[in-house]
Amino acid sequence: MAASKTTIWARLLHAVSSVASLVVALLAWEILARAHVVSAFLLPRLSDVLVRIFTDSLSGQLFVDTGLTVWRSLAGFAFAGVFGVLIGLMLTRNWLVRWFFDPILSVGLPAPKIAFLPVFILWFGLFDTAKILMAGFAAIFPVIAASAAGAAGVDKFLVWSARSAGASERQVLGEIILPAALPEILTALQVALPICLIVTIVSEMTMGGDGLGASMLNAARFADSVGVFSGIVEVAITGIVLIKLLELVRRRLLRWHQETQ
Amino acid sequence: MGVINRYFPLVLLVGAWEAASRTGLVDPSVLPSFSSVAIALWHMLIDPDLYHNAAASMVRLIGGLGLAVPVGVALGIGMARSNAVRTIINPLVQAIYPMPKSALIPVMIMWLGLGQAAKIALIFLGCLLPIVLSAYNAARGVDLVLIWSAQNAGASRGELLREIILPAAMPEILAGIRTALALSFVLLVSAEFLMARDGLGYMIAFLGEGGVYNSMFAAVIIVTALGFFADRLYLAFMRRVLVWRE
Repeated sequence: MAASKTTIWARLLHAVSSVASLVVALLAWEILARAHVVSAFLLPRLSDVLVRIFTDSLSGQLFVDTGLTVWRSLAGFAFAGVFGVLIGLMLTRNWLVRWFFDPILSVGLPAPKIAFLPVFILWFGLFDTAKILMAGFAAIFPVIAASAAGAAGVDKFLVWSARSAGASERQVLGEIILPAALPEILTALQVALPICLIVTIVSEMTMGGDGLGASMLNAARFADSVGVFSGIVEVAITGIVLIKLLELVRRRLLRWHQETQ
Repeated sequence: MGVINRYFPLVLLVGAWEAASRTGLVDPSVLPSFSSVAIALWHMLIDPDLYHNAAASMVRLIGGLGLAVPVGVALGIGMARSNAVRTIINPLVQAIYPMPKSALIPVMIMWLGLGQAAKIALIFLGCLLPIVLSAYNAARGVDLVLIWSAQNAGASRGELLREIILPAAMPEILAGIRTALALSFVLLVSAEFLMARDGLGYMIAFLGEGGVYNSMFAAVIIVTALGFFADRLYLAFMRRVLVWRE
């Protein structure tokens, strides 16, 4: 009994200490702003920011902006995920595809893809298509590279024994190579998601058309610092929620894998 | 020969690009021919204007990263070595890390205006967290037996840090800085699209808005090449620093 009590206390203490400094930082923000240590323009009160988020949620603007940013990021993410995995798997199976994509990949992987933003505006206009494709283009390179590396690292004996058991090429791909490469693919998707968010927000800032990025930049242009800071809070929460959701998906998909045991 | 063979698909791509715009398959106002982009690129390269913009961009990049690397490594190792530092910093890092860093751009505009400081601060803040986390994970992963035997042999705290922890954590820290380098280019170009009157990102946006598309493509090629070569240069540096490990 005593032992279980101490572990409860230890857990509670751990839980408190793991958020204590965050709470202190938020309190310090409110106190600093109230004490006018810095001007209200540079640092509006946290309470004012929360009130703004609340009124934005009543007017519905919060959900419009957040929904648009999430939709654009996830659509770009899906584009990068689907085509990235397809190209990556083809790279390991077809030498012509490998020969063709290898130099494109080695230049494209480290290059700052965001530089192509004006090109995407020129080609696809200022609306969702351009924003989604820009995010997908920026995020696809790590997915291609990781799927190719994952598929290339699959145990040859697994593939051979599946083939000798009479599996078709499709079955080998779907039931052996894809599951075996899945941990690496998911790691790449976890890199791709923040890229999609970063790029979507920059696209919204440059092209407008609502979304969290556009509303933040508008607020900055009108010197509405409460608006900018409520945008920061909304973007931070959106980012955390999406990234945690992807972690859950990973754990669920890899239930059979030793990393989740 | 090997290099030519390896990068031959890029030559094919450029050939297809040129053919598509020459045969009128694509509208040259949407995709100017490669030859006109190449000519624009040449004019750009002999114009000192490019070097002013490149210098402005490099100052921002080096300033931001140059601050983020020492501060990030110090914070990360501090988090791994001291409970107090970890209790204070870790919740903040975990809460802020998933935030898309580009959201800081409007805050930087408000706090620091459109000058050099706003971009340096943006790159510093954006790159800080990946470096902190990689240094923290690296220092936490150092073999405890190594630390204990050094302590047993009478190593001071400073010696322990210099002789054991830093070298053992170096590969992971350097990999984290590589991630930060790529991110710094993204933040630099984004910030220059939105809040600058010079720099390479500003050049691309300015040429695009002016409709000078062949020059815009030339500037995009320059920035892409710069990102690529910066990464290659850093990789070579990394291999040199880690040569003792082989």
